Amino acid sequence: MQKITREQLIAKASELLSNGTVSQVLGWGKGEFDYDVTPTLFSSAEELENGFVFNDFCGANFSKYLVSKAAKADGKLLVFLKPCDTYSFNQLLTEHRFDREKVYAVGIPCEGMADISKVKAISGDGIASINADGDNLVVTTLYEDAPITIATKDVLAERCINCKSKKHVAYDELMGEEGEVLASNRFDEVARLEAMTADERFAFWQNELSRCIRCNACRDACPACTCEKCVFDNPNSGVENKSPANEFEEKLFHIIRAYHVAGRCTDCGECSRVCPQNIPLHLLNRKFIKDINEFYGEYQAGEEVDSRAPLVNYTTEDLEPGEVFDRGDNNA
Amino acid sequence: MRKCSLEKINEIFAAIAKNAALYLPVDRTDGSAAYKKWEEGTVWSNALNTVRSPKDFFFPQTEDLMRFKTKGKTVQLEDIRTEAEAFVVFGVRACDVKSFDILDRVFLTEPADSFYANRRNHGVIVSLACTRPVETCFCKTFGIDPSAPAGDISAWKTESDIFFEANTEKGKALLHTLSELTEECDDGAVAEQKAKINAVMEKLPLKDLSTKGFGGGKTAELFDAPEWDELSSACLGCGTCTFVCPTCQCYDIKDFNTGNGVIRFRCWDSCMYSDFTKMAHGNNRLTQKERFRQRFMHKLVYYPENNDGLFSCVGCGRCLAKCPISMNIVKVMKKIGGNKGE
Ligand code: SF4
Ligand code: SF4
Ligand code: SF4
Ligand code: SF4
Repeated sequence: MQKITREQLIAKASELLSNGTVSQVLGWGKGEFDYDVTPTLFSSAEELENGFVFNDFCGANFSKYLVSKAAKADGKLLVFLKPCDTYSFNQLLTEHRFDREKVYAVGIPCEGMADISKVKAISGDGIASINADGDNLVVTTLYEDAPITIATKDVLAERCINCKSKKHVAYDELMGEEGEVLASNRFDEVARLEAMTADERFAFWQNELSRCIRCNACRDACPACTCEKCVFDNPNSGVENKSPANEFEEKLFHIIRAYHVAGRCTDCGECSRVCPQNIPLHLLNRKFIKDINEFYGEYQAGEEVDSRAPLVNYTTEDLEPGEVFDRGDNNA
Repeated sequence: MRKCSLEKINEIFAAIAKNAALYLPVDRTDGSAAYKKWEEGTVWSNALNTVRSPKDFFFPQTEDLMRFKTKGKTVQLEDIRTEAEAFVVFGVRACDVKSFDILDRVFLTEPADSFYANRRNHGVIVSLACTRPVETCFCKTFGIDPSAPAGDISAWKTESDIFFEANTEKGKALLHTLSELTEECDDGAVAEQKAKINAVMEKLPLKDLSTKGFGGGKTAELFDAPEWDELSSACLGCGTCTFVCPTCQCYDIKDFNTGNGVIRFRCWDSCMYSDFTKMAHGNNRLTQKERFRQRFMHKLVYYPENNDGLFSCVGCGRCLAKCPISMNIVKVMKKIGGNKGE
């Protein structure tokens, strides 16, 4: 269960609306079921009361929405940010993607968000209701007579199991208790892939990426992908493509995208969350993050506004291309 | 009606695969299911449905249409059409079977799309009644009965047996090849199964969703509904909904320059994309709101207007399960039209 409640968030939002600090609130809108929340703009206490939710399924990262929504807002926009969201927030500010003056950010604590597919894997399909009860989720389904109790920690999203920080790196105001940067195991899976032979690794990615339907959800949800017109969408770019012509091209799309966000990806995990085909895209980005850390020293994108990412910052200590090349040989 | 013990299901598959390529849902490593070609050892999935719909069999995501080469002032065209192989798609749910009717009206109306027609002519559909519909299912809204799926052959699965009933000539011919593995039976067990399914249907949360307020002639009333702003506000324009949808039918035709010729191909397009229906004068839908509205107006108003009231959604629930922001046709139907406030 989340430590901060829906009621506390509504009270905070209503207060900021009524005292004129903000004119709109970007929050989680109630769905058809207990798990399908939609990012929603609220303008009044009444709207919040009717449609705002906060529960263990509020994983969506709102930072990217600030690019389009803050520009349009009349006054300031209130946004609730979980710790991981604040890294994307800073990274977008570093890249001048929204006007900080138009946003009022309230940092909220997060106990980790649940992954509905993991819930269904335990409870079975046909969810009728899901309610948080302490450290558990109580699930009723269309097929089981008795409610099923599942420990929330057993159904956390991958990115939350490997949470890198419970600390907010940006906010105007903080609710609840501040957390710490965590020592996560998020690179373990990358290390496992690195330890494979080149052929095994190729087979791994072949299996994963062959499922891609090229819907572009990964790109469209990514706070690091904010080009106004992606080259792949631009009929004049010469490389526009709406669907994978073959598997080779498919892999290239993902590798190009991973390069493009290298050093800017905060490891927010949205890409993997939204993929309809459950492709572990975060592993590609984490490989880049791990390499950057190893080659240039620890660097966390979004930790500070205006930090110089290693890939765009020349120093005389930078490693030589040859060293990378040699390492590649060892990995082959 | 004919039946066969589930213990012999692999013999059924082997018998079908002898004469045609057989495709059926198979569990994948990521926990979901996808249609795969059957071969000895393939295990049929128990999943309710696949992430991608079976429209892929008739209308694949990309396909080459023709090639041409220019030599001086002459253009040489190469017709690359070939006769499709005979194939059987096994285990198609009632909603997805209905989607073929919707696609047929688009692709088979004269002038018929020869690529689609070719595959349609060579494919046999064996449907399967649902046993565990889920919360995202709302096929009934569109008059589809999951306990009585259409198709060339309808099938029902119980704990121990599988039952078949042929509905078309193609289906009869296929079922005939299985006569040695199946036996004639009455429809008692199937009737019982149907009753069970219909009892579950009554428990579904979307069971009362109605199409009232939608359909042909509603353009003027719904096009400018103020709710479109809010509904489309969070849409990412990713197109996931259109690519997983069994009835989405839009495509783009493009030329690929190979360096010494051109391959003209088509690929799925999505009304959610910024260059959808872009033409010489520019684009006629400039905002995501307009693109978003197109998807739902097409399914709920324009298509029925042109097709005797038939809606082009089958309530499969894929867009409910897969939209990254959980916005979908059900939420649209509850905000505008006759379900308001329900
Ligand atoms: S979200 Fe998944 S299926 Fe869609 S383009 Fe990205 S990797 Fe491919
Ligand atoms: S690439 Fe993935 S993890 Fe990185 S910022 Fe984009 S969505 Fe987040
Ligand atoms: S409705 Fe959902 S799935 Fe469809 S384009 Fe918008 S965000 Fe993507
Ligand atoms: S609109 Fe959604 S529910 Fe309807 S057929 Fe398409 S994917 Fe299925």
